[in-house]
Amino acid sequence: MKHWIAFWNILTKDFRTYYLKPPNISWGLIFPLAWTGMFFIKSGQGLESISSILPGVIALSILFGTTSLLAVTVTFEKKNRSFERLLLAPIPLELLMLAKTSGAILFGVVNAFIPVLMAAFLVDLGHVNWLVFIPAAVLISVASTFLGLFIAVAVSEVFEAQTFSNFFRFPMIFLCGLFFPISALPVFLKPVAYALPLTYGADMLHGAIHGGNIMSFPLSLVILALFCVGLFLLSLRNVKRKWIL
Amino acid sequence: MRHGHQNPENDVAIKVQGLAKSFGDVQAVTAVDFEVNSGELFGFLGPNGAGKTTTINMLTGLARPDAGTIHIGGIDCTRKPRAAQHLVGVVPDESNLYPELSGFDNLCFCAALYGMGKTERQARAKELLEAFDLTKAAARKFGGYSKGMKRKLTIAAGIIHRPRILFLDEPTTGIDVASARQLRQLIGDLHKNGTTIFLTTHYIEEAERLCDRIAFIMSGRIVRIDTVANLVQPIREKHVMQISCASGSKDLLGELVGEFPDLNFTSPQPGLIQVEADASIRVGPLVRFLEDRGAEVAEARRIRPSLEDIFVRITGVGADVMRREKERPGGNQ
Repeated sequence: MKHWIAFWNILTKDFRTYYLKPPNISWGLIFPLAWTGMFFIKSGQGLESISSILPGVIALSILFGTTSLLAVTVTFEKKNRSFERLLLAPIPLELLMLAKTSGAILFGVVNAFIPVLMAAFLVDLGHVNWLVFIPAAVLISVASTFLGLFIAVAVSEVFEAQTFSNFFRFPMIFLCGLFFPISALPVFLKPVAYALPLTYGADMLHGAIHGGNIMSFPLSLVILALFCVGLFLLSLRNVKRKWIL
Repeated sequence: MRHGHQNPENDVAIKVQGLAKSFGDVQAVTAVDFEVNSGELFGFLGPNGAGKTTTINMLTGLARPDAGTIHIGGIDCTRKPRAAQHLVGVVPDESNLYPELSGFDNLCFCAALYGMGKTERQARAKELLEAFDLTKAAARKFGGYSKGMKRKLTIAAGIIHRPRILFLDEPTTGIDVASARQLRQLIGDLHKNGTTIFLTTHYIEEAERLCDRIAFIMSGRIVRIDTVANLVQPIREKHVMQISCASGSKDLLGELVGEFPDLNFTSPQPGLIQVEADASIRVGPLVRFLEDRGAEVAEARRIRPSLEDIFVRITGVGADVMRREKERPGGNQ
């Protein structure tokens, strides 16, 4: 019970302090909006193209929203030493890192529904398979958050976290099948695509929204979950190795 | 008043044996041994880079020792580094609370980290704000506090969960005299209430005034541990006098030694002659001797040797140098 009091207060403190601030709103809302508009105009196909663009925009919105947050909630707090206060508290390290990341996961899930809400005004989403869509959005949020955590722990400055994040984020836009099918990638890039977690999440979203998945849902789900566990364990190892010297 | 794990076996709050830590080629701490008794106020003194912070970090679970053992409240922290954290409060050398939160919210948040329920943590936060004379600033953001207020709130955050053992790292550095005096009073009160306190400070007079026992650390090694009374006793038995000369005292040390073989002469700085003896020092012959040789004696005064003199003798570092090092930007690194 005592651990959960700590968990809940870390989560709510982060929400109050960081999440509802203008930079995060801009990454979470304006950035995906701009991308939606850009791809919509570029497709030149009218409203019918929204269904095919929507999975990419949702994945992108989650990816940028979550990874940007971790640079603040973890790297910034480590830099100004307030993270030490958390490390000194009698909470298991795993629970502490989950508390620091849960807010970003929730933020990512909320971000996922913003493009959906906007699209709902323009096209009929009655055919969307929500039983696939929701787990996909949650797992993409978890995997992106833990990727952000991995990056945030690996660096010591907030600007480094943002730069290092872009090193992963921007290639993912083009390699993970968000807007361009993986089948259209050059042969040598295809293995890279399958080594990235967003590929599996985006494929599930394509399947849920317009039936355009290339892998089975259970397979994507399991691989994405494995990425989540792997990234979290790797981040924990790095926290122990780099921050508890 | 206090809660937490009790250690019925003995009265030792902190026990450290053979503690060692290196960073690459730099040996930060080497074979450090000491014990701190329950309820004791233990001072840990040394110049910058001596290994104080590394030792505190190892004791509080923020660093892993390369060798040695740490027991906090009877718990083996070498095997379970985070197992004793509920017993311990830490006040770092720089305030590390959240600038966006108010003083009250900061304290409530820190209490929540130790699992305190809402009613309990709000009551405790109010109690501490009152004790630290911060009630009027409770609703203000921590980022807008003065340095002294920040230190006070950081100490309040360190004791919010009523720890049995409190680590205080440079609690009064960089704050005004009135706030420093108030903090010393608060530290004294905590000590009286039975909290074990591990204090590092660059202010030797502060350590002398507050601590029961003191350890001097130099280059990662403990060079002396004793009670304040035992540390200062040998030099308190000495008679010491300082003679300030406005001019003409240069090169007279050799002559003084020849004329007064029972006295020891040193010159801590130009124009200042320090005289030490086991018996009372007669001022008249010394002043006459100096003035006969052209020195212009401005002042001769007896001084009471302090812990600072012991520190300088043991470490070779001037206390004023240490204070300046600490107070310059980045001096605590």
